[in-house]
Amino acid sequence: MDTMRDRFISTTTRLLDEDPRLALVLAEISRDGFRQAEERHPDRVVNVGIREQLLIGVGGGLALTGLRPVLHTFASFLVERPFEQVKLDLGHQGVGAVLVSAGASYDWPAGGFTHMSPGDVALLDTLDGWTVHVPGHPDEAEALLRHAVAGDDRVYVRLSLQTNREARALTGGGFLTVREGRAGVVVAVGPMLDTVLAATEGLDVTVLYATTVRPFDGAAVRRAVAGGGPADVVIVEPYLAGTSTAAANDALADVPHRVLGLGVARRELRRYGRMDEHLAAHGLDPRGVRDRVTAFLGG
Amino acid sequence: MTNTAEISVAGGGARDDKRGAPRELERLMALMTGDEKHGPAATSTLDALWVLYDRVLRVSPATVDAPGRDRFLLSKGHGPMAYYAVLAAKGFLSEELLPGFGSYDSPLGHHPDRLLVPGAEIGSGSLGHGLPLAVGTVLGLRAHGLTDPRVWVLVGDAELDEGSNHEAIAYAGPAGLEQLHTLVIDNASASFARPGGIVARFEAAGWSAQAVDGRDHEALYAAFTRPHPGRPRAVVARVEPKNA
Repeated sequence: MDTMRDRFISTTTRLLDEDPRLALVLAEISRDGFRQAEERHPDRVVNVGIREQLLIGVGGGLALTGLRPVLHTFASFLVERPFEQVKLDLGHQGVGAVLVSAGASYDWPAGGFTHMSPGDVALLDTLDGWTVHVPGHPDEAEALLRHAVAGDDRVYVRLSLQTNREARALTGGGFLTVREGRAGVVVAVGPMLDTVLAATEGLDVTVLYATTVRPFDGAAVRRAVAGGGPADVVIVEPYLAGTSTAAANDALADVPHRVLGLGVARRELRRYGRMDEHLAAHGLDPRGVRDRVTAFLGG
Repeated sequence: MTNTAEISVAGGGARDDKRGAPRELERLMALMTGDEKHGPAATSTLDALWVLYDRVLRVSPATVDAPGRDRFLLSKGHGPMAYYAVLAAKGFLSEELLPGFGSYDSPLGHHPDRLLVPGAEIGSGSLGHGLPLAVGTVLGLRAHGLTDPRVWVLVGDAELDEGSNHEAIAYAGPAGLEQLHTLVIDNASASFARPGGIVARFEAAGWSAQAVDGRDHEALYAAFTRPHPGRPRAVVARVEPKNA
């Protein structure tokens, strides 16, 4: 099975052939994968070197001329480092782009904290008009990328090496109902779905699956808690814990409710190692999720 | 370079003034500031802007959305009265808007917003964003097969402190972006600078670069229109020092 990043490269390479409006800007990362596309479309595949402020600024300029730019590097250098460029060169100029990141929260744990970006989605939450996709499988990444490229808006696609075993058929941007129960609702975001399904095995809970977290499908959460059980919601996200807690609270503003946000802790671990070790350290392995879900639901 | 308190106005709005902005621009600026005369800081960009819009840029109110127009990006968004005055003088925006400058209902802020100001290619104010946007604009034009339109970006000498400019300068030279032009208004406002450092910086990155008297219209025009095949072009317009 290819990775989400492999799929991003193969899909974008094909889309560059098909869509003359599409442009790709790189800052060295993934350049080898795009070698063929760069040779075929030298005017629309641009590598700016290790210059992430320029990466975003160039994207803004391309969009001003009517192109649809896809901008790509590791999440920490795509969203965090050039954040003011994301804010001003895209949003303030009133133009769109598709930002596609690799690396996620701890795709390369041995690379250390400099290459971890658990805060990317929370940062984008400070800005207006961003759609945020968090695919849980390469097939989902391809579908979401194709949808993003066809638009004109500002879209963030967060790719990861962490994946679910199976892809789900995505319909629009709404959350999917994967399991139904009466004792509470668990929202699994992207690659956390398999973990959530394992963690809630045998529990009487509804499991919703979210691959598009912004806009947040508050209506789906409202429907899920309307079944008569307690309005208790757990959100399990593969990035900073609590990132979507406010969105869930807003969705349930007129209903007595409780929300628990699980995800990556703020505390810097200062550990290397493997992804499964980081998942366990943040309580995001099946046991850690199950313990906290059952404690919260009073099970 | 003298440091006079006021810029003398020569002639009366004729386009071939050798020095000094036309009286018309002074009148338009006075609608925003309430002052008849403006000090060097407020007019540091005025002569270079006027020569560009009057004689160099191939853009008009009728072509503000034309794909093949020349583009002017005001990166140094501070002190935009001179910019608004030139846009009004050239018919991009109504002079009736000028007295509201900076007020809640006005489209004309102390930093321009491209979604509000007719003829403004970018919104600016935070320094160091115009050059990277200009690089992207040139690349976009090229991808559309439009190799004729020229892109100009105006930066201040102190604005070049911002590292984002240097990402753009270092890329654009080796990339051979001939359509890209940077106008540096040098009023010696950078806290740490070396004489000749700006031209040297651009030249080291492979640009064609030249410094001229930023009040001399003929010198500006000659510098703006000098051919620079295969290379981006930087013109450093020296005006009165800001703090002298």
